[in-house]
Amino acid sequence: RHSHLLELLKRTTVHGESNSALIIGPRGSGKTALLNHVLEDLREMNQVRENLLEVHLNGKNPFLSGLLQTNDKVALKEITRQLQLENVVGDKVFGSFAENLAFLLEALRRGNRTSSCPVLFVLDEFDLFVHHKNQSLLYNLFDISQSAQTPVTVIGLTCRQDILELLEKRVKSRFSHRQIYLMNSFDFKEYIKIFKKQLSLPAEFPDEAFAQKWNNNVQHLSEDKTVRDVLQKLFQHTKDLRSLHLLLMLAVSAVTTHHPLPTAADLQEASRQHSSDSRANIVHGLSVLEICLIIAMKHLNEVYDGEPFNFQMVYNGESNARASQTLHRSLPSNYPFSLPPTVTEFQKFIQRKAHSMYNFEKPVVMKAFEHLLQLELVKPLERPSARAQREYLLMKLLLDSSQIMEALQVYPNCPTDVKQWAASSLSWL
Amino acid sequence: MPNLAHPAYPSAELLHLESLVPCRESQVSMLLSIFGERQHFSFPSIFIYGHTSSGKTYVMQTLLTTLQLPHVFVNCVEHFTSRLLLEEILIQLQSCSSGTEQTSPVHCDTLNDFVRLFKQTLASQELQDQTVYIVLDRAEQLREMEANILPAFLRLQELTDRNVTVILLSEIVWELFRPSIGCFEPFTMYFPDYSIGHLQKILSQNHPPEYSADFYAAYINILLGVFYMVCRDLKELRHLAALNFSKYCEPVVRGEANERDTRKLWKNIEPHLKKAMQTVYLREISSSQWERLQRDGGEPGQLKGLSAHTHMELPYYSKFLLIAAYLASYNPVRTDKRFFLKHHGKIRKTNFMKKHEKTSNHLLGPKPFPLDRLLAILYSIVDNRVAPTANIFSQVLMNLVLMYCLPHLLEMESRQPQMQTFTL
Repeated sequence: RHSHLLELLKRTTVHGESNSALIIGPRGSGKTALLNHVLEDLREMNQVRENLLEVHLNGKNPFLSGLLQTNDKVALKEITRQLQLENVVGDKVFGSFAENLAFLLEALRRGNRTSSCPVLFVLDEFDLFVHHKNQSLLYNLFDISQSAQTPVTVIGLTCRQDILELLEKRVKSRFSHRQIYLMNSFDFKEYIKIFKKQLSLPAEFPDEAFAQKWNNNVQHLSEDKTVRDVLQKLFQHTKDLRSLHLLLMLAVSAVTTHHPLPTAADLQEASRQHSSDSRANIVHGLSVLEICLIIAMKHLNEVYDGEPFNFQMVYNGESNARASQTLHRSLPSNYPFSLPPTVTEFQKFIQRKAHSMYNFEKPVVMKAFEHLLQLELVKPLERPSARAQREYLLMKLLLDSSQIMEALQVYPNCPTDVKQWAASSLSWL
Repeated sequence: MPNLAHPAYPSAELLHLESLVPCRESQVSMLLSIFGERQHFSFPSIFIYGHTSSGKTYVMQTLLTTLQLPHVFVNCVEHFTSRLLLEEILIQLQSCSSGTEQTSPVHCDTLNDFVRLFKQTLASQELQDQTVYIVLDRAEQLREMEANILPAFLRLQELTDRNVTVILLSEIVWELFRPSIGCFEPFTMYFPDYSIGHLQKILSQNHPPEYSADFYAAYINILLGVFYMVCRDLKELRHLAALNFSKYCEPVVRGEANERDTRKLWKNIEPHLKKAMQTVYLREISSSQWERLQRDGGEPGQLKGLSAHTHMELPYYSKFLLIAAYLASYNPVRTDKRFFLKHHGKIRKTNFMKKHEKTSNHLLGPKPFPLDRLLAILYSIVDNRVAPTANIFSQVLMNLVLMYCLPHLLEMESRQPQMQTFTL
C-alpha cells in the first residue's frame, strides 16, 4: 500500500497526471502516518522537490482538516494562504467558488514558467468536508482533477467506511474511486513485535551502553508471562496501536533516575490504571443515601423490566410494607413509568430498618437525587419543560445491575443492611 | 505518604506543594511523572474526572502555579461559546511567560484562526519549547458547543505541531463525552473521592486559633457522624462546619462545660445539626439568617424555611377552585361522569383499567387539564348555585394566576395543579 500510494503521487508530480484517492481506515490505523511517510519519501526524490506544491488542509504542517475548516469559505481562504497567493488574490471578488479556485490555479501556472505546477491536496477528516453545503469544495477539486488542466492530486483520509454513499452523485462521478483500505490486521505475535520495536531505543541514541541495557530489558519484558498477559488483554480489547502507545507511555513515565528500567510491575500498574471502570469509580464516591437510591432504582428496573421511573416512585418504594403485592406484579413492557416507585422502594427499605439514622426527610432525599442527576448517572428521558415537575419527570438509570453489585463490593464502610437489601431480589415476595 | 520527588523541579518547591495538597499526594506524583521535565512532550490530552469538590481544580491550579509551568486556565461555563473560549485562551497565552498584563485584543472566530494565532503567539513568547498546558474546567460544557471543538482540542498537539497538552476536568465520565464517530482518546485519570479519614484531616485544618486542634477534631467528628451518610461534598461540609461551630462552643463559652466534656457538647449540638440538615443544607434559609438565629438563641422550632409557609387563608371560592383543580389533575376524565353527575350509568371495567388499577395516580404526578373542566367540576362541587358572574371569573383569574405563579408556596399535601396554557 505504501508503494501504491507512492506510485500514485509520483505519477502526478513527475508525469503531470491528475488523480484522486481515498484512504479509509478505522481510528488509529495509521492513515496519517502512512501519508507522511510517503510524502517524506517523495520529497527525497530530487526531481520532485522543486516542483511539488503541497496544500495540506488540516492543522499539521498543515493539512486541510475537516475539524478546522468548517465551511468552504474558510477552506478556500486556507488554500489561498497555503499557496501563498494572498497578494495575487487581493481584493478580487469572485462570482462563484469554481472561479476562485480556477483563478488560483491559473496564478500558479503563470508563476512557474511554461509548465504548470502540480498541486497536492490532502484532506484530513474527509467525512466532515462531505457535510459542507453543496459539497462545493469537493466538487471543484475533483472536477479539476478530472479536467487535466493542472496536475492536481486529491487525497482524502477518513475513518468512515461508507464514505462513498455520502458523496453527491456529481461529486462521486468525478472521483476516481480509487480507495486504499488500512486495517489493523496483524495477529498477536506481530503485536508483540510491534511492542518491542516501540519500546526499544533507536541505534542513534547517544548513550550506547544504556541503550544496550535498555534493549536487553525490553527483550526480557517481551518474554515475561505477566507482560504477555497484559498485552493480550489489551489486544483483545482493541487492536488499535494508539492504546498500546498510551499504555507504554504510562509505563515509561514511571522511569526515573532511581528506577531506570521499566519492569513488568510498571506495565501491570499502567494496565490497571488504563482499564479501570470509570462508572464504578464514581459510584465508589457516593454517599450512603445516594447508594440507597441507586439500589432502589435497581430493584425497580429488575421488577419492571427496565422501565423509566421518577423520583416519587423511588421515595415511596422505601416506605411501603414489605409484603406489597404491587411491586411483585410485573407490568407489560410498554407502559412508561415515572419515579415514584423508586421512592416507594426507598421508603420500604427505611421501614424495615429500626435505625433512626436512615429516617430522612423527602427534600434531603431529593437533593441527593439531584446530585445523581448532575453526575449523569440518571438521565431524564426528555428535556425538563416548564410543565412537568421535577419529581415526576421520567428517568432512566444509566448503570447496569452487575456494575452496581460490583461497586458495592468495594464500597468503603458499606452498612451491611444496605448490602443485604441490594442483594435481595424481590422474587420471593 | 511518599514525598514528591522529581529531578526536574527543586525539592523546596515540591515540599511546599505537598503541604498545600493534603491527601492528594499520589495524584500529584502521577501528574508530575506524566508531565516529565519542562521540555518533554506529554500526552496530547488528559481527561481528569472525579466527584464534586474532590480537588481537581484546586490541585491543578496549585500544581501549575507552584511549579510555574506555563499554563492557561479557562472555565468552560464562564466562556460558554466557542468564540469566547478561544479568545480567552489566546489572551491568557499572551501574558503567559512575560508575567505582565499586556494584552492586545484578539479576534478569533473559528478554530482555523485559532490554530494560526496560537502558533504565532507561541512563537512570540520565549518559552524555549516548554510544554504549555491548557486546562479546561467543567469540560462537560464543551459537548454543548459546536461539534468540532472537543475533537480538535483533543488533537491540539497534532494539529498545531507544538508542545502543548490539553487537560480536561469534569465530573462526568469519559464514555458520555465520546463523539459518535470517535476521536483521539485522551489519557483518563480518576481523582478518587476522599475517605472519611481524609475528610476529617482536611476539615480539621481550618480550626480557628482560639481553640485546640483536638477540640475542633472532636467537633468535626460529630459533624461527620451526622452528615456523612447524606453528603460527602467537601465544600458543603466545610460550609456547615463553619456555620455551626459557634453553637458548638457555646457551652464552653458560657462556662457550663469545659473542652473535654464531650457528652454535654454532643447533647447541645445534636438537635441543632439535625435542624441544619433540613434548612441550611437544603438552602431553604440563608446562612446569614441561620447565624442570626443562633445568636438570638431562638428555638429550632421557630425556623421557617421557604417551604414552611403552608398556611394561607384563601377566599371562599378559591378554596373550592383549589379542590376542583386537585380533582381535575388526579382523576382520569372518564370518572368525572360517575362522580359528578346525579344519574350516572354503570362503568364497565375494561381490560385496560384492570391492568393499571394498582399503580396509584399519585405516583405518576398531576396531569394537565383544560379550563372548562375545572369550571365544570367547580360548579358541581359548590353547594349553592354559582352564577358565572364577572366576580367569579375575576376570582378565577386572579386565583389561577396566583396559584400558577406561586405553586411552591401552596404546597399542601404536595400536589400542584397543572393547567394547560390558555389564551385570554
